[in-house]
Amino acid sequence: MFEIIRKETLAEGIKLFEVAAPEIAKKAEPGQFIILRKDERGERIPLTIADFDRNLGILVLIFQEVGRSTKELGCMEVGDKILDLAGPLGRASEIEEYGRVVCIGGGVGIAPVYPITRALNNADNEVISIIGARSADQLILKDKMAEISHQLYIASDDGTIGQKGFVTDVLAKLLADEVKIDLIVAIGPLPMMQAVSEVSRPFGVKTTVSMNPIMVDGTGMCGACRVAVGDKTKFACVDGPEFDGHKVDWDLAIKRSRMFLAEEKQAIEHSCFGGECQCQKKK
Amino acid sequence: MSKEKVKIERQSMPHQEAAERIQNFSEVALGYNEEQALLEASRCLDCKKPTCMEGCPVEVDIPVFIKHIKAKEYQMAIDAIKMKNNLPAICGRVCPQENQCEKHCVLGKKFTPVAIGRLERFAADWEFKQPSETRENNKGKSGKKVAVVGSGPAGLTAAADLAMFGYQVTVFEALHTAGGVLVYGIPEFRLPKAIVEREIQGIKQLGVEIRTNMVVGAVNTIDELMKNGFDAVFIGTGAGLPNFMQIPGENLNGVYSANEFLTRTNLMKGYLFPEYLTPIRIGKKVAVIGAGNVAMDSARTALRLGAEESYIIYRRSDKEMPARGEEIEHAREEGVKFRLLTSPVEIIGDEKGWVKALKCQRFELGEADESGRRRPVAIPGSEYEMEMDTVVMAIGQGPNPLVPRTTPDLQLNRHGNIIADETSGQTSKKGVFAGGDIVTGAATVIQAMGAGKKAARAIHEYLSN
Repeated sequence: MFEIIRKETLAEGIKLFEVAAPEIAKKAEPGQFIILRKDERGERIPLTIADFDRNLGILVLIFQEVGRSTKELGCMEVGDKILDLAGPLGRASEIEEYGRVVCIGGGVGIAPVYPITRALNNADNEVISIIGARSADQLILKDKMAEISHQLYIASDDGTIGQKGFVTDVLAKLLADEVKIDLIVAIGPLPMMQAVSEVSRPFGVKTTVSMNPIMVDGTGMCGACRVAVGDKTKFACVDGPEFDGHKVDWDLAIKRSRMFLAEEKQAIEHSCFGGECQCQKKK
Repeated sequence: MSKEKVKIERQSMPHQEAAERIQNFSEVALGYNEEQALLEASRCLDCKKPTCMEGCPVEVDIPVFIKHIKAKEYQMAIDAIKMKNNLPAICGRVCPQENQCEKHCVLGKKFTPVAIGRLERFAADWEFKQPSETRENNKGKSGKKVAVVGSGPAGLTAAADLAMFGYQVTVFEALHTAGGVLVYGIPEFRLPKAIVEREIQGIKQLGVEIRTNMVVGAVNTIDELMKNGFDAVFIGTGAGLPNFMQIPGENLNGVYSANEFLTRTNLMKGYLFPEYLTPIRIGKKVAVIGAGNVAMDSARTALRLGAEESYIIYRRSDKEMPARGEEIEHAREEGVKFRLLTSPVEIIGDEKGWVKALKCQRFELGEADESGRRRPVAIPGSEYEMEMDTVVMAIGQGPNPLVPRTTPDLQLNRHGNIIADETSGQTSKKGVFAGGDIVTGAATVIQAMGAGKKAARAIHEYLSN
């Protein structure tokens, strides 16, 4: 059992948990993820590790409430215990001194990009960060990202914070201005990561993305998390989750992410979230 | 040969009727009652030189346990089995006895063999009905600690035997439930999960500690286990990386590996969705590629999930199907359709990326290949399409990479399987032993158990010197 020792609502529908998981925290590296199962009936949910404290034995998890499972998870409170939590899974980010790197986080994707950005900063890279959200009240981790970036750009769809537009607009401008970039790391919704990859492709700048496909076990056993990369099929859980954004088959990834849309809807309708919800009221 | 004995017919297994059972996930084979068990046990010739034991990978003393059943000494019967086999209720259900003990039964040479597996199950199920007795617990008597990686059949067997030798044993399981393929793979209707749980309880009573959610290769490594006080390690991580055919369309929505299909259904209880939150979607027509036990399990699971048509698609003929005879028979009874000498060449999708049809090619059998089976040869121009909603790939699995990747001095073969001595399980790394599918590639529960047993003995020898 894994106790929630702190909970914070970062934005509408985006929650942060600090979870006591000393053995996993001790081994966690930027770029890796965990799988958790809230209770006996729960799904196994993969979540990228947003931060970790090896000394305190704490994992930080940040997630968006999108389906029934994440909504139920969001109803858990400090002192509650998550039934199962396994990790750290996947390969860690390759952290080295590249030179100048651009770290891009979109929406809840800012959470996993944060520890990678920090590690790249600690590895003596010049870090330019670009973060974006739909609007100001949805933007998370702005101050924390500012602390570990040499420059921080912000974009919002509605212009309520930073520049109006997408993170890719900022990136396109940097590239057009002939800013020399040695590596781009982008994490966010699939269409955002695809757009970043398309923007950087003509400039030949290596672009690493972190895939978060549907998973079951997260250890290579089930193969649900298939991602086509170049002419090969990879398992995101053991071969990734990070891949070369220029080689990912985005069309396929987006189609695969929709595999259980109908069931997700059915699960919501079948839950308290479909009608009067007790746990939401409690807040 | 006693004439009386050969007159008694092999007792058939009571079972749920096909029409009824495809509506539920309850166990198909119901087990002998006492009368049937006594009749069946009485068929045993009690041979002077019994050969049945030659067929048992875990060396169960078959004539002795059957003799005890005959005398209604059921506790003694199960005790005799458990001297060698700590998972009798499981073996009695899923072992391919026709290729093992029963194949060597003397009575089977002229008549039908004694139903050894069914009697084993009878004894194990009898014990479950008795008030539970604490088993002898040698925990840590030797003062040495052994780590077991993986809680499938190989790991559980090694753990139980090592505990009986007096070692303090900790089993590390990556998933949230112990049992490996016994819980994620083999369906409820063939092996009820309550049975697996009870067998595992029995192993815990021997003093074995089982830690779930522990992904060795992620949360710790083999080297760290050795450094942190374990005197030896047994690796039984199984065949945890599903194979695909490398044909076009395999990443369409609606294509599952058998592992995913069965894990969603069994471990995650997808058949109870949305009560349980893990979904499984199958549509009306399901094609399962392959003809092993996993394929039969998948095809039969599809029917229970509500598929209107469930197909087994296999490129060889019925003679070569690797599944147990009983599983094939059960699948046929339930209405699974067999398309033999047929293999998919492409999976065709719709514009939204969903499976729409399966393009297959017909085959004929040519010369025998190195496995002794006649090689299937494609018939040119024989391609045809079958409308399909779901395709399940049940064509075997490769070794899981997590442990080898983090244990650089562990030698692997060209497939990525751990190289281990056949009789001892000793790997290239001192104090590290391995067995089961991670060594041999996908095989059976009982073969993995046999490997776990041999390795336990070898570890005992290693730690005694």
